[in-house]
Amino acid sequence: MNADLTDDELAFQDEARAFLQAEFPADLQAKVDANIRLSREDLIRWQKILYKKGWAAPSWPLEYGGTGWSHTKKHIFATEMGSIGAPEPVAFGMKMVAPVLMAYGNEEQKQRFLPDILQSNAWWCQGYSEANAGSDLASLKTTAVRDGDDYIVNGSKTWNTYGQYADWIFCLVRTDNTVKKQEGISFLLIDMKSPGITLKPIVLLDGHPEINEIFFDEVRVPAINLVGEENKGWTYAKVLLTHERANIAGVPRGKRRLKALKKLAADTQDGDGCSLLDNPAFRQKIAEAEIELEALEYAELRTVASLTVGKAPGPESSILKIVGTELAQQIDELFVELAGYNSLPFVPQQFETGFEGEPVGPGNAAASALTYFNNRKATIYGGSNEIQRNIICKAVLGL
Amino acid sequence: MDFSFTEEQQMLQESVQKFVQKNYDFEVRKKLLDSEKGYSEQNWALFAELGWLTVPFAEEDGGFGGSAVDLMVMMEAFGKAMLVEPFLPTTVLAGGLISQLGSAEQKAELLPQIMEGSLQLACAFGESGSRYNLASVQTSAKTSGDDTVLNGKKIAVLNGCSADRILVVARTSGEERDRDGISVFIVSAGEGGVSINRYTNVDGQRAAEITLNGVKVSSAKLLGEQGSALTALETAVDRATLAVSAEAVGAMDAMLQKTVEYSKVRKQFGTPIGTFQALQHRMADMFIECQLARSIVLMAAMKLDSGASETEKAKAVSAAKSRIGRAIRKVGQEAVQIHGAVGVTDELDIGHLFKRVTAINVTFGNPDFHTARYSAL
Repeated sequence: MNADLTDDELAFQDEARAFLQAEFPADLQAKVDANIRLSREDLIRWQKILYKKGWAAPSWPLEYGGTGWSHTKKHIFATEMGSIGAPEPVAFGMKMVAPVLMAYGNEEQKQRFLPDILQSNAWWCQGYSEANAGSDLASLKTTAVRDGDDYIVNGSKTWNTYGQYADWIFCLVRTDNTVKKQEGISFLLIDMKSPGITLKPIVLLDGHPEINEIFFDEVRVPAINLVGEENKGWTYAKVLLTHERANIAGVPRGKRRLKALKKLAADTQDGDGCSLLDNPAFRQKIAEAEIELEALEYAELRTVASLTVGKAPGPESSILKIVGTELAQQIDELFVELAGYNSLPFVPQQFETGFEGEPVGPGNAAASALTYFNNRKATIYGGSNEIQRNIICKAVLGL
Repeated sequence: MDFSFTEEQQMLQESVQKFVQKNYDFEVRKKLLDSEKGYSEQNWALFAELGWLTVPFAEEDGGFGGSAVDLMVMMEAFGKAMLVEPFLPTTVLAGGLISQLGSAEQKAELLPQIMEGSLQLACAFGESGSRYNLASVQTSAKTSGDDTVLNGKKIAVLNGCSADRILVVARTSGEERDRDGISVFIVSAGEGGVSINRYTNVDGQRAAEITLNGVKVSSAKLLGEQGSALTALETAVDRATLAVSAEAVGAMDAMLQKTVEYSKVRKQFGTPIGTFQALQHRMADMFIECQLARSIVLMAAMKLDSGASETEKAKAVSAAKSRIGRAIRKVGQEAVQIHGAVGVTDELDIGHLFKRVTAINVTFGNPDFHTARYSAL
């Protein structure tokens, strides 16, 4: 039993590190380090650099332009990306709709959509949740009624991340009202430029309209955009949920943030004659977070190791999601605690691209509370942590 | 990266599981606890026969190999059944000190006896003022000529009841918390001036307070070089810390499993209590704690077996013990809570598992101690 990398894996780690050092744009690195939100253009520019290298879609099979990497190599790459804060591919296209298309789409759909996802020519967003269908997703009410070669879609979706950037949306829609709620749902791809679609931005606690409500009013969608069979959409969406979710634990990001936190703590006075790093109470909290991260890292490595020997991804991803998001929130709180009064100024624009005014507070201090408030979402989205606990109870404990 | 057990490790695991199934149900264990020694000498002889007592020792010392992962595998299986035999104090703690510090003669004399099962040992390091700091030693050792005279009081000596010999940690020079000046002496339990106050811990394990009143030992009884035993003591205690952490992983798994099973059969309001979400999520959290505990112990065991620096190894052990402590409280307390009133009775195994892990939480340093140590290293 060991956690050692092979010579080949070590060489790959060096290659990945060197590539990221050379190719992750300096201006994006500066933004990441200064807590400045990356724009649509920033994210696409970085994705295209990865595409040029052939590394845009580590989780895809070779035949679709993936990398063909082993689970360990995927893990290494995600670790190297996370440790400098380079953004992961926008998940909605690369990790959410693409695996469904690969598994259930027809040949024409694959050829039509996958290359554009791989090359970041099309931005996708997700149309799952509705005002009255959150954790109980299957209660969704947006309808799609067949009319000749089209579906007519009516209803609304919400909590839609970055719909304002999106070219396409993949939706769960109700195509049969007469059966059990899970059995009347279909998986439909909709062009965001279709007449009848309107977006209403929703401002989050950090002041940023990161998400939207999307309204569909008599939207005509060609029936060729239906994925798989009508009324089988729930099955497809569920498969997606158990799909391997690499780096869901966020270990490298956690390490990077704790390192930054310690550096900051060393430079911050506790008001009583010592730095916050030497303040016993605060120091203890940092150490607890570091230790939790070590436990999480090895929980993740155990998953990687078991995938490597051919085991299917199991309920482990629920553990990694729960612990990873809760730990990230714990670290968010430490940044707020460290910033003290400097966490209070609400000046979100100073963390947007192009801010030219006089910044309030030292460094990123005034971003700490923004991040804290924004990231409360992490334990709610992607199947809330309570839903993840339900999954553990059902799938592991047999309750 | 390979997280699978070797064939030998699997055999070791199966060997313990088989023994436990056949010889160690809850009632049998209870009788052992009530016996004079608090454990079974017959079992001990069987452990020797099965080769278990060789597991912590290196091949050159005649052992099984001494890997931390082997030890982890074994202790986890011990933990599930709450074995009470003094494996830890005799082989891991005292044996670990002798392997590191002993002269060729001392090793040749003592190690085979340990592995054959004919020698019981204890390691006396704790004192009333030392808490978890191994360098805090007041027991004095004054040498004149060929003899050394020991004076002081040792507390919380595991297996101090049955040990034939006691490894006494004493100060030969320096001030109370100096790292230098700490020595280890091999003292026979029957030596003049040794008085042993025997007692039982909350988890049923036997221990003693040992007073040394002008105990005279010859220079042949000094283990290792005079005044420089602390590093070896820390290494031995770290390994024992990993061992009890692994034991806790086994015990916590047992608690989770028993709790889930109980919740499926115990009915209230006409339905199994395991159908209540208020309880389901607590069991999900217990499962998460068990998995994180297992993960961090695995990390520490692999690190001890790797080429990492001594500091990194110590840090890994402290990370594990700190995290294990949090898991212990959560899993132990919830297991009792979900069992309801029967959980606080002496009649059910769940309460005994809870007591054992609670004792482990304190043994060799609690979470606060290890978090601070982790942070300082």
